[in-house]
Amino acid sequence: MARTHITTVINGDEVDFLTEDSTSLLHALRDEVGLTGAKEGCGTGDCGACSVLMDDRVTCSCLVFAPEADGATILTVEGLADSGELHPLQQCFLEGAALQCGICTPGFLIAAKALLEKNPDPTETEIRYALAGNLCRCTGYDKIVRAVQEAAIQMREQ
Amino acid sequence: MLSSSPSAQVFAGATDLVPQIRGGYPTPDVLVDLKKIDQLVSLANDADKWTVGAATPTVRLTEDQAFSQEFPGLSEAAGLIGSDQIQSRSSLGGNLCNGSPAADSVPAMVVNGVRALVAGPKGSRVIDVADVVTGPGEISLASDEFIVEFEIDRMPSRTADAYLRIIPRTEMDIAVVGAGARIGLSDDGTIAEAVLVLGAVAPTAVRVHAAEDALIGSTADDDTLAVVAAAASEACNPIDDKRGTIAYREQVAGVLAKRAVRIAMQRAEQSNGDA
Amino acid sequence: MALTEENPGYKWVGTRPIRPDGLEKVTGKAQFGADLTLPGMLYGKIVRSPHAHARIVAIDTSAAESMPGVKAVITGNDFPDLAANGAHPSAIDISHNAIARDKVLYEGHVVAAVAAVTREQAAAAANAVEVTYEVLPHVLTVDDAMAENAPLLHEGMITKGVEPTPEQPSNVASRVAHERGDLEQGFGEADVVVEQEFTTKPVHQGYIEPHAAVADANSDGRANIWCSSQGHFQMRADTASVLGVSQGTLKVTAAEIGGGFGGKTVIYLEPIAVRLSQRAGRPVKLVMDRDEVFRATGPTSGTRMKIKMGVSNDGKLTAAEVWMAFEAGAYAGGPVGAAGMTVLAPYDIPHFLVEGYDVVCNKPRVAAYRAPGAPMAAFAVESVLDDLARAIDMDPIDLRLANAAVEGTQAAYGPKFPRIGFVETLEAIKEHPNYTAELGPNQGRGVAAGFWFNAGMSSSATVHVNENGTATVVTGSPDIGGSRQSMALMAAEELGIPYESIKPVVADTETVGFTDVTGGSRVTLATGAAVVDACRIVIDDLRARAAKTWDVEVDQVEWVDGQAQHVDGSQPPLSLNDLAAKSARTGGPISANASLNARGVGAAFSTQVCDVEVDPETGVTQVVRYLTAQDAGRAISPDYVEGQMQGGVVQGIGWGLNEEYVHDQNGNMENPSFLDYRMPVASDLPMIECCIIEVPNPAHPYGVRGVGEVGIVPPMAALGNAIKDATGVRMTDLPMSPIKVLEALNEQSD
Repeated sequence: MARTHITTVINGDEVDFLTEDSTSLLHALRDEVGLTGAKEGCGTGDCGACSVLMDDRVTCSCLVFAPEADGATILTVEGLADSGELHPLQQCFLEGAALQCGICTPGFLIAAKALLEKNPDPTETEIRYALAGNLCRCTGYDKIVRAVQEAAIQMREQ
Repeated sequence: MLSSSPSAQVFAGATDLVPQIRGGYPTPDVLVDLKKIDQLVSLANDADKWTVGAATPTVRLTEDQAFSQEFPGLSEAAGLIGSDQIQSRSSLGGNLCNGSPAADSVPAMVVNGVRALVAGPKGSRVIDVADVVTGPGEISLASDEFIVEFEIDRMPSRTADAYLRIIPRTEMDIAVVGAGARIGLSDDGTIAEAVLVLGAVAPTAVRVHAAEDALIGSTADDDTLAVVAAAASEACNPIDDKRGTIAYREQVAGVLAKRAVRIAMQRAEQSNGDA
Repeated sequence: MALTEENPGYKWVGTRPIRPDGLEKVTGKAQFGADLTLPGMLYGKIVRSPHAHARIVAIDTSAAESMPGVKAVITGNDFPDLAANGAHPSAIDISHNAIARDKVLYEGHVVAAVAAVTREQAAAAANAVEVTYEVLPHVLTVDDAMAENAPLLHEGMITKGVEPTPEQPSNVASRVAHERGDLEQGFGEADVVVEQEFTTKPVHQGYIEPHAAVADANSDGRANIWCSSQGHFQMRADTASVLGVSQGTLKVTAAEIGGGFGGKTVIYLEPIAVRLSQRAGRPVKLVMDRDEVFRATGPTSGTRMKIKMGVSNDGKLTAAEVWMAFEAGAYAGGPVGAAGMTVLAPYDIPHFLVEGYDVVCNKPRVAAYRAPGAPMAAFAVESVLDDLARAIDMDPIDLRLANAAVEGTQAAYGPKFPRIGFVETLEAIKEHPNYTAELGPNQGRGVAAGFWFNAGMSSSATVHVNENGTATVVTGSPDIGGSRQSMALMAAEELGIPYESIKPVVADTETVGFTDVTGGSRVTLATGAAVVDACRIVIDDLRARAAKTWDVEVDQVEWVDGQAQHVDGSQPPLSLNDLAAKSARTGGPISANASLNARGVGAAFSTQVCDVEVDPETGVTQVVRYLTAQDAGRAISPDYVEGQMQGGVVQGIGWGLNEEYVHDQNGNMENPSFLDYRMPVASDLPMIECCIIEVPNPAHPYGVRGVGEVGIVPPMAALGNAIKDATGVRMTDLPMSPIKVLEALNEQSD
């Protein structure tokens, strides 16, 4: 079957790639574009490890068909840092020991960024519900929530 | 495009479609992305009604203050369809037409008398949302029809809705029991209008007329609510499955019915209706 | 944090710097098992049994072989028959679990595999493999498997550990037992006896990263394997055994691992990937999807346990009788042995009998899950202790204090305890404000304790000093919890140079000496000890080089704060930088190896208190407050010690409240997805408060005790005891889901 040509903006750059229509955006990002930051934990939208921003909305890329990304703007974890300078969320995750194995971390960073852009001063409960779509099995979420709280403070001060 | 193939199908957020394909359901050979049609991703209102595109992501409903204040129950129900990631993609149209008995938005849509504008090769028609789902995974639309948008009449004054569900965790679960309620008050503070619909306790959403009858003319006092709860439990026709048992669903349907009615009542008492 | 012993002025040990692998993990650069792509790589797909128990009558691969893009198709016939070669039974089991031969023993059991150019082609080819089965009756639980005339999984299985040896085969692989004193006398001395039966369901480790492996076989018989694994040396040994080759032909590199918790100490994909790669002549990537992870990889055991314990009115435990049957899954070797050893270990009980049965059933072979066997056993015993405390109107912590094992206590499983910190964890909870915080309506509080022995085992380490005065520390322990940081902290402490100057590396099987798996909470202890040993050899070498430079005897040179100093100060000191720069002139490159089999393992104890709120009309339980106190011996890296404590607690909360395998009558799993296998999400939980207790392990240079496992042992009982406090009902079946809690509440009010 002939593959479809898709043009997107990914992490600020215009990127194009070929894909089968039924391929997920997650697989297209990982296999065609070479961005392996987004992870496949379940493939059914239940774990959030594949989270990306698509047109400024946090989304499970495993539930998006790659052709839907044509003309869209996408942000993955690889695009969070600005010319090598870490985003406050990335820095706070490191300083707060908010990751152990790290497989869920890209998804959490994207989801947390989406939260803080919508709600710059969230309560602990708001953070926990906004991140309920991201599973972590290592940390018990405690240090992740604290890292997001700390990043929110730093981002408000900027 | 829908007519082009017997297995052609529309989709909006694909949040049920993708897991179904991965789970071995037959894969459609043609998928039509409804989000590309502006009308289907719109959200607007006029003096008479709100119009919600069938493929409008539910996050836009929960973010819309005016909509959420007028229909807190429907807004909360839409917001319960999964995580923030899912909310960017899920839609009322998808949630309804997937035909799950446990769909969170359906009881809230039915209590609010929401209507669906259906389009197909033979033209369009308007039907009640209550008439769309005919059984688990089955809808009354023909395979070449789809829902364009939903119409919701403006909420009258002294009237309000509520939706509650029971899940084992705090998020990310399919409803074990869902209850939507809408209460309208007369000037003397007694109930003039009552609609109660249960989800996840029968093949399709269940309207509990006996509970509604008991509520009319009352102030939803404890005795009336006990009747409401009993009627709700009685109206269930649930199954035992990996998410719940018959006994649990029947018992908790009664509990949620009472609680949803109480919340709708409190909201109705506080609302002046800004239509 | 509650320090029990003062930090003796460590400069690096006990601090909270940024972990060395952190930057890659927050930028998406870290390479996990499924992230590797090699030129010409094919995608593998496995064909699995849909039946819980069946004979394989025939496998027809002809259709699959002729499909587009397919480069290899294999079945059990492509692997040697280890039984015929007289291999050890456990090696035979591993090979049969890797790919079925004449029988499939669980839904998901590997039957065949294909490799093709695209994922879609591989999936289509896998679907085209035709397998003819003769379906056999199956057994799913210990009750079914132990019933008279139960269908047998292994025709020749005769129960070990039973006198006299049974004549008939059964599904009971073995019995273990521990005894002390005289049960009749012990129960005779009790004023109160509580007897209770408990059941638990299988639960999965739940790592977010599915198993993944890439194999690249060469035509000379050698192969490179890149995989998600907790122990690449063990993986290499097991893979070689299944393939029938010598270990030296395989080179295994451990990728960054996305969670293991014991479940990735065993092989699944690796021999399949290698064989496919050999047949195809190209690299093959095999990744499980989530459905396969649940259906076909080891969860931990479901169980049935019967506990009877007696106590005197003044709070002394007089006797305990424990009977346990644990599912092993399809092959013998589940965790009932460890359960039997840990179940009474925190307490000094004069009379007891513990019996445990390892029972096979038609489910995936169980794999280790964080303190394997201990959490279930603790759920049962700690619940009974709670009921005993109530019966004699004694505070639950006081009851445990009155019977706590201390230094010198003969542990229930044999050895005398050296210095341990159980009492300190109990006291820490008792003294904490959480223990007396006010409870609201429908709320209750529960306490529970736990023990885990921790492991020692073998590790190797190499330390190289680089010319610029930095050091590389090479070990063979995959980092599943932040252990790289601990290695770097200890090396920095030993060498006296900044933490940032240390680069810890996890090396492949060709680059570092043999290292046992990352598991058993052993890495900081054992691999850490190897790192410390290697550093001390390096220091001796550095002192020798300084001595040579100054033309003095070596015993005139000390190593202090990262420099060589003459004992009487008659020479200006030489820093590590100085010596490294001069290394060519003083004897060549500076490096040292150390290999050891760790001794002096320190046992770990944890006491936890949990507050819950139970909705009396729906049975839904919310955790509102949680505190854990755990003896870490010495917290090399407090951030990551807390991380292990919190992670273990939350897994225990999931196990206690909502996680379980649900099977239909055909033995098929009904909930193989994260939607219906309900692990805790962020909104389910409060902050998990931690008290790190430090009662140093006298046998380790830094006093380290393993911290990774014991945290998961108490939570289910703590929850159960809190639910009892809130509602009056004693839950005896896990998980304590809303449906079961409501049922229990209904029964109570009837």
